[in-house]
Amino acid sequence: MSKDKKNQVSRRQFLNYTLTGVGGFMAAGMLAPMVRFAIDPVLQPDEGGEFVSAKISEEDITTEPKRVAFNVEQVDAWYESTVEKVAWVYKQEDGSIIALDPTCTHLGCFVGWNDNENYPEHFYCPCHDGLYTKDGVNVPNTPPTAPLAVYEHKIENGILYLGKAIPREEA
Amino acid sequence: MLQKIYDWIDERVDITPIWRDIADHEVPEHVNPAHHFSAFVYCFGGLTFFVTVIQILSGMFLTMYYVPDIENAWNSVFYLQQEVAHGQIVRGMHHWGASVVIVMLFLHTLRVFFQGAYKKPRELNWIVGVLLFFVMLALGLTGYLLPWDNKALFATQVTLQIAESVPFIGEDLKILLAGDPEIVGAQTLTRFFAIHVFFLPAALFALMATHFIMIRRQGISGPL
Ligand code: HEM
Ligand code: FES
Repeated sequence: MSKDKKNQVSRRQFLNYTLTGVGGFMAAGMLAPMVRFAIDPVLQPDEGGEFVSAKISEEDITTEPKRVAFNVEQVDAWYESTVEKVAWVYKQEDGSIIALDPTCTHLGCFVGWNDNENYPEHFYCPCHDGLYTKDGVNVPNTPPTAPLAVYEHKIENGILYLGKAIPREEA
Repeated sequence: MLQKIYDWIDERVDITPIWRDIADHEVPEHVNPAHHFSAFVYCFGGLTFFVTVIQILSGMFLTMYYVPDIENAWNSVFYLQQEVAHGQIVRGMHHWGASVVIVMLFLHTLRVFFQGAYKKPRELNWIVGVLLFFVMLALGLTGYLLPWDNKALFATQVTLQIAESVPFIGEDLKILLAGDPEIVGAQTLTRFFAIHVFFLPAALFALMATHFIMIRRQGISGPL
């Protein structure tokens, strides 16, 4: 038996340790469900983009960007609604289709194609004069810092279907 | 009569020392505007507290009519302002007070800064003050969404973009605030409401208590 008193746990220390342990356990038991409750949205899995019909047939898409409005069924927790989204759709040089999300990458206003006489053949943002070339790439020295996002798309029975808008990295 | 009630309570629970600790102390001459008018700069801290009390009271009364639901929030604010007696005044107190409180807080901070009152031994209270400033800004920010009008919605969209631009945790931080990766909607409103009405006021009370206890301990800084 050790006679070294220093290594012995005194009654007071023992009680301190056990009470801290039990108290910590109880506090954790109370907090854990609440914290998990609060961060639930962060841990929701990314649901893959569902495609919805843009109600435009492939033949009607030309090389000139065209404004296409389409409806998305949006589920916001307990609130379900139909939301209108907009895409600018055209055929690129190689014939492939591209659908641009008009949300300005500066502060989120909506850009329009060719609608400002000072900036022909550009996507123009009226809020702070943001500019993008036809391929949606931001023009340097205007406010936007990244190209316009691109909608996922597919053609089914000759009809254009659009999915999620995927942001593009800084050019 | 009142004296009798007071004595009756005091005899049993000895409240006089508590009262003395809280309120019974001399106001030093150099902070009294009656002696030196320029001492009005010392009032800004108290004015900040005063406006905060208005915010808390008017906010408590607003929640009697307000509902944090995207279908009804705007209507409930419209109703409480247009239809309820004195609704315009109560909402007005909260609406304008939210700006006035920031102005007072700022003036108070300026006074402390330019008088060097933050120096030893009051560094800790400066830190608590900065935290109070952040909590107050956060209250203004979360309250701004609650009327759920266009201005509120777009201001919040910008706010969330700012949160998103934080390195590494930005994306998660935004979802945590908005309740959804893309939508600023039903969950955003309930979250902002909870934060505005419960979480931040709780933090505010704790910080204010610390602030005031430290002031009583250390006293107000001496004349320049
Ligand atoms: C001291 C801190 C506070 C500040 C700076 C503050 C700030 C704000 C702001 C800026 C608004 C938007 C008002 C408008 O646009 O008209 C608001 C709304 C609101 N606040 Fe506060 N608030 C504070 C404390 C509180 C407290 C303690 C409560 C409740 C217990 C509360 C309840 C509400 C409610 C229900 C609304 C929505 C009604 C409306 O918009 O008029 N607030 N707050
Ligand atoms: S939001 Fe488009 S340029 Fe600022």
